[in-house]
Amino acid sequence: MARRIGTEVSLAVADAVKMAAPDVISAYPITPQTHIVEELSEFVANGELDAEYIPVESEHSAMSAAVGAAAAGARVYTATSSQGLALMHEILFIASSMRLPMVMTVANRSLSGPISIWNDHSDIMAERDIGWVQLFVENGQEALEFTWAAFRIGEDKRVMLPVVVNMDGFIMSHMIEPITIPDQEVVDAFLKPYEPQIKLDTADPVTFGPVGVPEVYLEAKKQCEQALLDSKAVVSEVIDDLNHTFGRQYGLVETNGAEDAETVIVTMGSLGESVMTAVDRMNANGKAVRQARIRLWRPFPVEEFMDAVSGAKKLVVIDRAISPGSVNGPVAQELKSVFYGRLDAPEIVNVIAGIGGRDVPVDDFVQMVELAEKGELAETYTLWGLDSDA
Amino acid sequence: MLKDIDLSGVDKTKLKEIHKMESMVSSGHRACQGCGEVLAMGMVTRVAGPDTIVCNATGCMEIISSPYPQTAWKVPWIHVAFENAGAVASGVEAAIKALHRKGKVSSKPNILCFGGDGATADIGFGSLSGAMERGHNLLYVCLDNEAYMNTGIQRSSSTPYGASTTTSPCGTESIGQHTQKKNMPRIIAEHGVPYVATASPSHPTDLMDKVAKALAVDGPAYLHIYSPCPTGWGSKGEKSIEIAKLAVETNLFPLYEVVGGRFGFTKKIKKVKPIGDYLKLQRRFRHLTEKEIGFIQQTVEDNYEELERFCQATAKCEE
Repeated sequence: MARRIGTEVSLAVADAVKMAAPDVISAYPITPQTHIVEELSEFVANGELDAEYIPVESEHSAMSAAVGAAAAGARVYTATSSQGLALMHEILFIASSMRLPMVMTVANRSLSGPISIWNDHSDIMAERDIGWVQLFVENGQEALEFTWAAFRIGEDKRVMLPVVVNMDGFIMSHMIEPITIPDQEVVDAFLKPYEPQIKLDTADPVTFGPVGVPEVYLEAKKQCEQALLDSKAVVSEVIDDLNHTFGRQYGLVETNGAEDAETVIVTMGSLGESVMTAVDRMNANGKAVRQARIRLWRPFPVEEFMDAVSGAKKLVVIDRAISPGSVNGPVAQELKSVFYGRLDAPEIVNVIAGIGGRDVPVDDFVQMVELAEKGELAETYTLWGLDSDA
Repeated sequence: MLKDIDLSGVDKTKLKEIHKMESMVSSGHRACQGCGEVLAMGMVTRVAGPDTIVCNATGCMEIISSPYPQTAWKVPWIHVAFENAGAVASGVEAAIKALHRKGKVSSKPNILCFGGDGATADIGFGSLSGAMERGHNLLYVCLDNEAYMNTGIQRSSSTPYGASTTTSPCGTESIGQHTQKKNMPRIIAEHGVPYVATASPSHPTDLMDKVAKALAVDGPAYLHIYSPCPTGWGSKGEKSIEIAKLAVETNLFPLYEVVGGRFGFTKKIKKVKPIGDYLKLQRRFRHLTEKEIGFIQQTVEDNYEELERFCQATAKCEE
């Protein structure tokens, strides 16, 4: 029987990882992901999880050991945040170019300096181009279920890529939520054991990570990108099965609110829950507003996004990261690219909010929509909540 | 902490048998003529054999052996980056351990790790230290050619005093490298690693015996191999083995091992040669004056004396 319990989201993620039966976990402590790997190390210490736990000396080594373990044919998990993700940077590209499936939870956190342990999306936005499948979850239940989905997507023979599950640090990682944990048999039916296509095997030697001379480098890069682009169909398929297995209605891009709305708020991550409340409130007051939540960030689901915002005249895009020196935040940049040259392109206004853990209450979204509709938001981007004395 | 580790059962390499042992690095690789590293790598892999997985740091040996679509490797091989061979090998070792325990793989291959001196003593030091400290069952081999040869002869912390490199050039105000070589074998021994040794391709049976012992111990092992580099050292390719031999015979690079924390020489030089014999064969030292050569000679003697004291201090007391 599935259990519905009140638990911290990090602990639920650790439970999900345990139920996925990884062979190797490598990790270095960094706030706010620590509770996940602490819990996993306890599972291993108590014999509840048969895995090798490598308490490495840095996040760079956490990712390097994960690459080594995945190349040897193991199911691999790690988790990180912020500076830790930044330290992994170099190896993240190598993991995807070697086509090594593994799952990494990123408890999203701002980057230094000034040093801040709180949430925004600066860490993962600096890693947009690593070639990993990247998902964003909004609450603890999703964090749990998408951990299994991530293993299944990455390990699919048509994909063979590492997968990041992004969840907002503290706002999600340290929240106690009611979470339904299914039976192991249900998870086992959804996520089959990993069968590597290629591995470091002395019976059939292969060379991983050779020198790419100019005559082959471009082709190798293209193949890697193609694999990522092609993964979208598999992500859809896995999400469909996830919906069927666990009774959900997830999509690559999800919508909520008035279907005929001309204004659509676009979010990614946990702010989507507050926006949902704001949209419901505005709809109840007779104001037609819709919400589009981007769940799959890489590869970017262009068609699904177009469908989600069809008919919109104005998009209020909420970014949770600054792209210094650019004209927009990262999500708004992406969406402007998506719409460039299209005659039906909506106006895109960009609000950068919730930086460094700054609270964004529900009322603020109502205010953002009002300002956007009156044309009072900046043409480039508005830094929401900026202290004018700063 | 001193530990008793019995390696008496490990077979000795027979000189006459070496030609029958197959190197896991095939010919046709792109190493320079007279490269000490690739010779050493051949010797190491002859002992390790085909049931071996190799993790290679970025460096000469990675570049020369793997330009796609070719590979010189007869065993499974992985290169990830410069500074992380220790961590990659940790992951491979942990995976094999878990998969073997779960019955998903049948053999438990040797895990070998190759890194140059930059990958070992400098940029990769943290990941190597971590792998050694955590006790992964693997053999890390440092192929020490005493500078960043792959990028054009830049100094490393393993470059010896007085050597001229492109980033420690000799000049009117500089002797070249003005710091002393980092003592990696001693630093690794301080990690409590069960087997640490120095070796040289000029002494193949000694080198290969050490590989066999390193692979026989349970836990991590470290082998520091002196690897002449004609390109970087400004020496003749055909002189590499002679130079390596002189490094041993001058006591500049003594051959010793540290088993369970106990230091012991594997070769004692009866008639020690002057350091000048070694230095004069290499262009990187040609600017040195008699006075500086004298200083290097003194350093060699002091270091050797210190090593002798380590051997005495850690020797087993005979009842």
